[in-house]
Amino acid sequence: MENEKHHIVPYRVYAIVLLVLVVLTFLSIAITDIELGSYTVVGALLLASIKSSLVLTYFMHLKFDQPYIRIMVGFVLAVFIAVVIVTFFDYSFR
Amino acid sequence: MSQVIQHDEHYDPEGSKIGMWLFIFSELLLFGGLFIIYSVYRYLNHDAFHMAAGELNLTVGALNTLILLVSSMTIAMSTTALQKKQKGTAILLLEITFILAIIFLINKYFEWGVKFDHGIFPGSEYMKEEMSQGEVLFFGLYFVMTGLHALHIVAGLVIMGFALARVHKGTVHAGRPTLLENAGLYWHLVDLIWIFLFPLFYLIT
Repeated sequence: MENEKHHIVPYRVYAIVLLVLVVLTFLSIAITDIELGSYTVVGALLLASIKSSLVLTYFMHLKFDQPYIRIMVGFVLAVFIAVVIVTFFDYSFR
Repeated sequence: MSQVIQHDEHYDPEGSKIGMWLFIFSELLLFGGLFIIYSVYRYLNHDAFHMAAGELNLTVGALNTLILLVSSMTIAMSTTALQKKQKGTAILLLEITFILAIIFLINKYFEWGVKFDHGIFPGSEYMKEEMSQGEVLFFGLYFVMTGLHALHIVAGLVIMGFALARVHKGTVHAGRPTLLENAGLYWHLVDLIWIFLFPLFYLIT
């Protein structure tokens, strides 16, 4: 009955997500040890983005919620990215 | 399966969740603004940021990352336990989360303490005389952003304390777990912010 409204996420799912998050953390520490120049930053941020999307999807239940919350989160991220892009256009062409 | 019997109190789980998410959005944009400031200053003071980041203790940063990740899992599991009507497990998992949050703050205390001992704190003579403008900016941002994040940990402790008390009392239970879920959402936000703070301050050396 309640399951229709409330999806109960099994413990196993959370444990697997944690495992992946920990592996990605160590991976990001490992890749910054390698000298990749400016790609180091890109790599670290890319891994952070993957980690945060895992947190949003599973820990914060976006996968199991109504889609409108996902849409709102997407909108906020789009606004943020737009501000970042505008800011860097400003600084790059000064 | 016993449904919720008490209906005299207004209860709107969907509405509460939207409210929490709106609050989380404002928080994301608050830290987002700080991240933009960080990236602009980093772009303008590339070498100084690299040098200054080398001063930070990677081990402590990594340890705190692990602590937050594990605590995020335990609070998420706590909701599962509550929904499965395993009240004892839910309380235990919430208590573990609470303790992990305190351990995070203790680590932070010692980490900042070492910086203070080395004369690195906002407005210190050492920073004014020995450091370049870029390094001063780096540490300014470091203290503001990790400090604001630590304040969020403290707020998280308060929220978890409320959730713990309510679960104990039985007003938060399998039929109405929203308070615990929202406490979890908030805690995941704190984790989310740290996921970006960690590489930007500790890894990019």
